[in-house]
This record gives sequence, C-alpha cells and structure tokens, in this order.
Amino acid sequence: MSIFDLTIAGAAKKLAAKEISAVELTTAYNEAVAALNPRLNAYITTTPDLALEQAKAADTRIAAGEATALTGIPIAMKDLFCTEGVRTTAASKILEPFIPPYESTVSAKLKAAGAVMLGKANLDEFAMGSSNITSGYGPVENPWKRVSDPDAKLVPGGSSGGSAAAVAARIALAATGTDTGGSIRQPAAFTGLAGIKPTYGRCSRWGIVAFASSLDQAGPMARNVEDCAILLNAMAGFDEKDSTSAQREVPDFTQALNRGVKGLRIGIPAEYRLEGTNPEILALWDKGIEWLKAQGAEIVDISLPHTKYGLAVYYIVAPAEASSNLARYDGVRFGKRVDGVDLIDMYERTRAAGFGAEVKRRIMIGTYVLSHGYYDAYYLKAQKVRNLILRDFTNAFAKVDAILTPTAPSAAFGLGEKMDDPVTMYLNDVFTVPASLAGVPAMSIPAGLNAEGLPLGLQVIGKHFDEETVFAVSAAIENAAGFSALPELRAK
Amino acid sequence: MSLDAATVRRIARLARIRVDDTEVETLKSELNAILGYVEQLGEVNVDGVEPLSGGAQMALRQREDFVSDGEVAERILANAPDRVQNFFAVPKVVE
Repeated sequence: MSIFDLTIAGAAKKLAAKEISAVELTTAYNEAVAALNPRLNAYITTTPDLALEQAKAADTRIAAGEATALTGIPIAMKDLFCTEGVRTTAASKILEPFIPPYESTVSAKLKAAGAVMLGKANLDEFAMGSSNITSGYGPVENPWKRVSDPDAKLVPGGSSGGSAAAVAARIALAATGTDTGGSIRQPAAFTGLAGIKPTYGRCSRWGIVAFASSLDQAGPMARNVEDCAILLNAMAGFDEKDSTSAQREVPDFTQALNRGVKGLRIGIPAEYRLEGTNPEILALWDKGIEWLKAQGAEIVDISLPHTKYGLAVYYIVAPAEASSNLARYDGVRFGKRVDGVDLIDMYERTRAAGFGAEVKRRIMIGTYVLSHGYYDAYYLKAQKVRNLILRDFTNAFAKVDAILTPTAPSAAFGLGEKMDDPVTMYLNDVFTVPASLAGVPAMSIPAGLNAEGLPLGLQVIGKHFDEETVFAVSAAIENAAGFSALPELRAK
Repeated sequence: MSLDAATVRRIARLARIRVDDTEVETLKSELNAILGYVEQLGEVNVDGVEPLSGGAQMALRQREDFVSDGEVAERILANAPDRVQNFFAVPKVVE
C-alpha cells in the first residue's frame, strides 16, 4: 500500500500510531505536487516550504497528544480563500499581485485544526465557470481519460476544478471548494470524488473572494464521504464576521455516516428526467434508487415544478450580485492597475485588462439586469421565481427526508468542447443550481463509470441544516456503489 | 428584447469596462444569447409571490455599533498600486 492510498481517516490513524510522521506525509505530497502539477496545472501557487513548516508543527502537536482529526493532513486550498501572506488570485489577472493581510475564517479553522496547506488550487476566474477554462492562469487537466481516446485532455469541471484534479490525481489528500451553482458538486462528479455544498450559512463566507453572496458556500472535496464529514466538522460554524452565518450548533457529521437509510423517504423528482439526458446517467440514477430501496429506504415520486427555470434565475441573480461585488476591482486599493488619462479611464482600462471574457460577460449582464428600466423585468422577476423554487423544495421536504438526482448531465468533456456559446456551458449546472438557489445542502458521490471509463456522480439533496441525513444517504450510496476506480494519471 | 451595439457600449460604460469596437459585436451576440435564454421566465406566473433576495433562512443579524478592528493602515496599504503617505493615490480628479 502506498502512502497516497491513505484517506484522511486512515492517515490520521497512522499519524496517531506514529507509523508515519506528518513531515513524511507532507514531503511525499510536496514531491508529488512538484512532479505532476506542471502537467495538471491544478495549483496556481504551491507552498511546499510553508507546508513543511506546518507539518513539523503538526508532528510536535501529535507528540504532545493534542492532535485533531486533521492535524498533519495535507490539503489544497481553493485560491478563492484569502490566506494571510500567501498570494490569493481568484484565478484572475486583476488579483495577480494580491497578498491578503488576513486569513479567511474557513482556512483559519483548518489551520487551527492543524491541516497542512500544499498550495492554492486553480479555479475558474472568480469561480465563474463549469470547466476551469476561464482561469487567468491556464486550464486544469482532468487526470481521468477516455478509454477510446486516452490522449484527449478533459476538463475537471468547475469552478473548483483545481481542487478536484488535485485530489483525484492524489497531489492533495483533500481540498476546499466553494459552490455557487454547482462548483463543488459538478467537479467532484467529473473526477470521481465526494463533495458537499453545505446549507447556505453553515460555513462562514468571510475572507472568501465574493462572487454571488446570496449563493456562495464553502465545502470540502475528498476521496470519500467520511473524509468530507471530517473536513466539514472543522470548516463549519458561526462567525460574527459574516452577516449571513448561521448561529447553530455544528453536529459531529461523522456520527451520521452509519445511520443507514432504513425508513428514510427518498424523493425522486420527475423534472430531473430531462429529455436528451445521457441514458448512462439515467441508468445510474435508477441504480441509485435500487441501492437505497435495498437498504430499506422508501422511494417517493415527487415534483419540483420550477426546476426548468433554475438556470435562468441563476444567470440573472448570480451576475447581478457579481456585478456589484466585482465593482471593488478598480485599481485603487489592491490588485492590478492600468494607468489612464483620468480616473474613469484608469478604471476602464484596469478592468478591461484584468478581467477575462467570461467575467466581463457576467458583469455586463448583471449591470444590465440591475439597470434602470430593466430591474423589475429581470432581477425582481428572477427573485420571485427563486422563491417559487424554494417553495418547491419546502413542499417536497414535507413528504421526503432527502432527494436523489444525478449531479451533472454528462461526464467530463474535452477541453474546447461546449464552447459554441455561453449558454451551452451554463447547461452543465442544470441539476445543481436549484439546490443553490434554495440554500439547501447537497452532496455529490461517485457512483459509477460510463462506457468511456469516466466517473459519474449522484447528488443527494437535504433539508436546510440537515447535512446529517445527506451524509447518511450519501454513505449508503457509497457503500452500495463500491466505487474504487482510479485515474491512471496520479501519484502512486 | 435584443441589445444593439449602442446599448452594449452603454452597459460597458456603466460597468466601467473599456471595450474596443471589435469586441462590441461579439459581446452583443453573447449577451443576447444569455438574455434570450432567460426570457423563458416570462412564462412563469409570479402574482402574489414575494421576491427572495437571500439564501439564508433568517433575518439579518444586527450588532452593537462600535469599532472592533482597525489601526492596520500599513497592512492595508501594502497592496496599494500607488500610495502617498497613508493614502491611496489616484490620478487627479479635480482640475
């Protein structure tokens, strides 16, 4: 067994038993990063020296008997979390020189738990994208390959594509992600990982570069459901610095893993059976239903009637919030500046040079739907339909404990595919966006491979603040699926 | 509703993003594709439905109005593209 086969839980046991040291574990990962990252481009910035320093501190802590479940665990940090003293770019050229003078709450909690940071993971620019190709620092290669065409480069999904590729290729033991419309779940599905977007408000948004504030949520991405639960235990919790942070106790999510699904009612929404969805994905969904039924769950047909409007609502609400949030990048206080003849010219040149094409498109759409004369027709209307989508979930959760759907409408696609127009790319998020709009927790679990040998994911959606049931159902699917496939391109 | 080139330029101006003439046509078709897609919301009946602005199922929290942080000018200015003493420096605004 290789050191890279260890999960978080497995590594923690070996660290506690002194069978390995944190320095050994981190050194192995640092070397794997150095060997594979030049090809995968999963990290924008690597921090091997910092990682080693943190690993040494972890060994001291373990020796003193003060370790947590994450002490000495080497992880990748999505480059959207501000990290004190370590460059944070949000994958945008406009933040190329930015070194935060503070640490995000979530990364600070992981640091405090003793986790080791290997580097800052690549992503779509400002988390806007579903393929990681909008990054200002180059695309990320998915370590998984099609059987029929192993040379073709596939995308890892997005926006947390670097996090996904790093964990899948085993150049990180786990990673943080953020999810605004599917940015944890879709890349997890594309790379054979587990990943959860918790309830909106569960993890603090403080210090995370803002995209769409009413949707952004941090969450873990890992090799299995248990590792996600361990990470979320450390990441979640009330923070007075985030005005929408939930003042709630955080349960020990690992305690929910073995609850089983006996007697649980699992909803199957008719509206997710979209015309034209890949038959392999529909077949996997049916398998998931059978797995849960076999373990004693009751399957209930439900309706989420406004599902088809989710994407349209999302592509008004998210750009509107983004256009407001990204107004801060003006070349005055931080980030890149391009000089102009006057102040306005400086703003315009700075933003033209600093933002990539997708970010500009979204800022402009957002500016338009918020502008005088169009606000009611677009933004207000979208907010009302958003309420109907929430109502759909509220009504469904009166009848069921959790909902099972596919995570994405396809497996990982090739670099350069789905580029015809922005809407084609947006359709990737069709199954993940509704849970984001409603603020409910949702998890993707790897459940099988398609005929090309690429991983496919199933999504479990739960009630507000009921991540425990999401974990219980996800663990049941994981056990039944027995997913053990690995990409050939990985640290061994 | 379809955007024309003049509207694209106006939006870019509002968004403070400089666009060249060559970019306007591309942006026009891309933005129109997105607006065309979201048009479908027109068919949803939202009579009597309140707008949902936030993801949190709660009222916004209030706190005591007091200074809880500060005196870190040097750390903040460390990222400034240009500074003069303890100020961010920008091109001349008033003649």
